[in-house]
Amino acid sequence: MLVLALDSSATASVALAKIHQDSGEVEMLAHRRTSDTRSHAEVMARFVEETLHDAAVDPFSIDVIVCGTGPGPFTGLRAGIVTARTVGFAWNKPVLGLMSLYALAEYVFEDARRAGNDSFVIVTDARRREVYSAKFLLENKGYTLVSGPCVGPAEEVPDVAAYGKGAGLYSDVMKTVEGFENHQPDAEYLLKAASRLGLENLSEDTSALYLRDSDAKVPAARKKASISAVTVPGEK
Amino acid sequence: MTKEPLVLGIESSCDETGIGIVRGNTLLTNAVSSSMDEHVRFGGVIPEIASRAHLDAFVPALQSALREADVTLDEIDAIAVTAGPGLSGALMVGVSAAKALSVATGKPLYGINHLVAHVGVGLLEDSGIEGHGAELLDQLPREGLGALLVSGGHTEILAVRDITSDVELLGATLDDAAGEAYDKVARLLGLNYPGGPAIDNAARAGHRKAFNFPRGLSARKFMGTAENPGPHRYDFSFSGLKTAVARVVEGFETRGEEIPVADIAASFQESVVDVITKKAMLACQEKGIKTLLLGGGVAANSRLRQLAADRCAEHGITLIIPKLSLCTDNGAMVAALGARLVAEGREPSGIDFETDSSLPVTTVLI
Repeated sequence: MLVLALDSSATASVALAKIHQDSGEVEMLAHRRTSDTRSHAEVMARFVEETLHDAAVDPFSIDVIVCGTGPGPFTGLRAGIVTARTVGFAWNKPVLGLMSLYALAEYVFEDARRAGNDSFVIVTDARRREVYSAKFLLENKGYTLVSGPCVGPAEEVPDVAAYGKGAGLYSDVMKTVEGFENHQPDAEYLLKAASRLGLENLSEDTSALYLRDSDAKVPAARKKASISAVTVPGEK
Repeated sequence: MTKEPLVLGIESSCDETGIGIVRGNTLLTNAVSSSMDEHVRFGGVIPEIASRAHLDAFVPALQSALREADVTLDEIDAIAVTAGPGLSGALMVGVSAAKALSVATGKPLYGINHLVAHVGVGLLEDSGIEGHGAELLDQLPREGLGALLVSGGHTEILAVRDITSDVELLGATLDDAAGEAYDKVARLLGLNYPGGPAIDNAARAGHRKAFNFPRGLSARKFMGTAENPGPHRYDFSFSGLKTAVARVVEGFETRGEEIPVADIAASFQESVVDVITKKAMLACQEKGIKTLLLGGGVAANSRLRQLAADRCAEHGITLIIPKLSLCTDNGAMVAALGARLVAEGREPSGIDFETDSSLPVTTVLI
């Protein structure tokens, strides 16, 4: 099964892989990623083109597209989701959404197990001195999401082994695991996480997980100038 | 490339997700999905809300445009998208989608200027401009065509000598766009968003000369003379006007008197429309421009249409106004300009360009 995965929740990345359904093996065919978090609108489409070209794959042989739905900074997140939806529409392929923090969970869960943990938390940067986080429970073969994703102050992150860029930024208030302080969700591991969960278990809902409303405040009713509002000299 | 290329145009610079499809000069469809209703409670366009709406409106709008035009993506010759100017986050949704569509279909992509596209509707056979078809922009005199663009995001005077290669910005607002001033004053007067139609309506029962509100940048030090023009001869400013209206409203409130909403609305509207049309006339006269195109959402304003018509007639200038669905932001204008660029054999933009929230009008194609 040919799967194209895109994630733009932090950095921008695209991966193309073949999932061998009998063995469950994921064979990576091509992969592109940026290390910066601010060029998604420029690179996502180019990455799709390049991964297909590298793997010499005809887009019409792709079976499914998997898209990281965040949480992540809004503008970058949208660039990835609209790219996934649009190529999915043009090629008439299903687009499945997967919460982006699964990508990091897939990357770290074996380390977390080796270290003797029962659970772990994935933490990414939400800017404005806040983090996105999701807690996972280790199981015989893998891991399951037990809480999150949510956004909030670093202090409120569950007190278990913490992985990812957000854990690196706020290591003073959480159990940051060394060696993973700069890791971000990536399409390669998003794809592997999707394979572990089973593509048939993924939803076609690719709504962005913003977790925050826009900053806009409904303006308060305009304060009217009135006679009583005028300060009368001598009065306090 | 064929002279009648089939081009899909994408617009997402503000709160309208527009997909238009044209075949050469012929408009096939103009699908627009607006997030205006979501901005009402804020009294103005909230960029983040507009961007969220673009993300969810894009594929459905694309789907309905293709269905309505009865064409497939395979048949399309090229894709055009607004690259700027506009709201950065909003532009990025349309541009990311356009690039994805270009990669997915292998069709060339043209990143184009939103303001020039407003004038590009004149390339369409059925633009609604009385007495003109698609030949309009091909029979321009050396001085070119004037364009007065007035909307919630823009207030500009352009000189268009060649729609694909020679566009000059003659004047622009230094602060608020005219439509934005309407929204803010509507709020002061307790009227609804969007302010344009609300004030236009309220003004019908009011006196235009009840209050003498300022005409921004009309002083001699800004205007100069025809021979020795000042720094802002054709420019606009509406922030002082807005403050002046606020002072008047507060005065009535302080005195405990009822606010004469209709008179204030009419006087405010007169101030905006007077200065816009006066400066547009001045620019046309001094630049030898004989035809003026009115575009942007505020082209729906009844007083602007009337005063522009009167003053153009007075000055021997032909006023042309496209149909309203082509005045407001839309994908058809983007497609129309794109089709012309394709027909002229211009190089496509590729898929690596960046959006530019303040793209100058001199850059027609990015």
